[in-house]
Amino acid sequence: MDAASHALRLQTTGVPSAPPPRQGSSKRPHVTIRGLSKRFDNTVIYDNFDLDIPRGQLISVFGPNGCGKSTLINMIAGLTPVDAGEILFDGMRLAEIKFGYVFQNYREALFPWLRAFDNIAYPLKMMKVAPAERKARTERLVARLGIKLDLNLYPYHMSGGQQQLVSIMRALVVEPEILFLDEPFSALDYEMTLFMREQLQKLFMESGTTMVMVSHDLEEAVYLADRVLLLSRRPARIADFTPVDVARPRADATLSDPEFVRLKAHCLEVFQREVRRT
Amino acid sequence: MKGKRLEGFLPLVGVIALLFVWSIATWQQWVDPVLLPSPLQTFRALWAGMNGGALGFDFIKTVYRTAASTVIAAVIAIPLGILLGSSEKLYRSLEFVIDFFRSTPASAMFPLFLVLFGVGDETKISVAAFGAMLVILFNVAYGVMNARKTRLLAAKVMGASRLRVLYDVMLLESLPQTFVGLRNGVSLALVIIVVAEMFIGSQDGLGHSVFEAQQLFEMPRMYAAIFAAGVLGYGLNLLFLLVEWRFVHWTGK
Repeated sequence: MDAASHALRLQTTGVPSAPPPRQGSSKRPHVTIRGLSKRFDNTVIYDNFDLDIPRGQLISVFGPNGCGKSTLINMIAGLTPVDAGEILFDGMRLAEIKFGYVFQNYREALFPWLRAFDNIAYPLKMMKVAPAERKARTERLVARLGIKLDLNLYPYHMSGGQQQLVSIMRALVVEPEILFLDEPFSALDYEMTLFMREQLQKLFMESGTTMVMVSHDLEEAVYLADRVLLLSRRPARIADFTPVDVARPRADATLSDPEFVRLKAHCLEVFQREVRRT
Repeated sequence: MKGKRLEGFLPLVGVIALLFVWSIATWQQWVDPVLLPSPLQTFRALWAGMNGGALGFDFIKTVYRTAASTVIAAVIAIPLGILLGSSEKLYRSLEFVIDFFRSTPASAMFPLFLVLFGVGDETKISVAAFGAMLVILFNVAYGVMNARKTRLLAAKVMGASRLRVLYDVMLLESLPQTFVGLRNGVSLALVIIVVAEMFIGSQDGLGHSVFEAQQLFEMPRMYAAIFAAGVLGYGLNLLFLLVEWRFVHWTGK
């Protein structure tokens, strides 16, 4: 990151990049990304990219097409190898933490040969949790989230939204420290998307898990986020890291809240500026 | 409501039409009755043959040979297909050889297998197994290779090891395609077995039965044997479909 954008980030976040001593762990960044570089063939996607992801917040990632939004979370989640750089979670490596990942294509991400309940419990099996304990933990999660779904169904007998809910629950069952979501609602129809936003907000408020969500819908990005990470064209820089200080739970009325409208307009302006820049 | 109930009988329309045209043709003697016996004569021969006659024995012989060759083919082809499919490089290296022999008519291999195994059951079963094996192998490898990338990634993200991914995801992902291979394989095996029974010094089997009846000019018996072969082919296909519906419930979903 160059000096100017670094200054911009400090200005908008107001959080120094070095953790202040004894300010409580919640103020320390959860994920620190330093010197991240990535290229595909000859295209530079990231070049010496730095980012701090705050703990317990929902971060939306938004930016021009092909700027590397999904690549960013895929690199953080270890799905895409990095060329250079370091990504640490409280100073630990990915292999040492528990995390969840929700794919855009729920239809291909769930296992059609398992019932919804067993799909949700599957990551526990990978963690070598005993079957009885798996069942208990999955049931506890379902009860805690208060989601009313017939989990004895196979995924292909569920609606798209229900399937995506199952994938999100599957990601949450391990009690992850961080959850990644790659355009989780973009394969759903509008009605279902609205419903799922509420569900995700509920899950976020309930679990307090750090979430990083790639979105291609600015309204959704602002509506759900504590902070919107706006990326530039490639090689991606942080165009802005806008805090969204709008009280939760947000609802339909939030969409016409002056502060929300102002923030959305601000983000759109930054986005437009980045799109036009050549 | 009534229309829905009647729709279930639609498949019978073709059967009835066939029997009707066949009856008219023999009754009006459009075809020489020696070449085409009436449906009644044919089914009488079929009943007599299957009900304690030689045809029932031949039928069982053919079932045994077809089943044996399909089982041998599946036991070899399924593990091999998974192995090939899980390594793209390995598959690409062998793709041409597999495709070549898959395209070679298995019947062209009879003389070779005769030299290897003699004129007994081994030759028939091994040629059929050879043909079916390549069909199954190709389909299994294809099924494994075309496992949804997202599903593999999902398993990986959840901490599944390579072996786990293979066992929990690739294997199950390939099942629908494996069943396509098994159905094609068993059909091919039946074709090869019947041909082998006709021409490779066979004393029994449906192929032998058809051939012998033709040589003796016992036309109703010949038609009966043809029908028995048809029933067998259809039944084997149906059997695999039922097994697939039962165990691979997610096919096409």
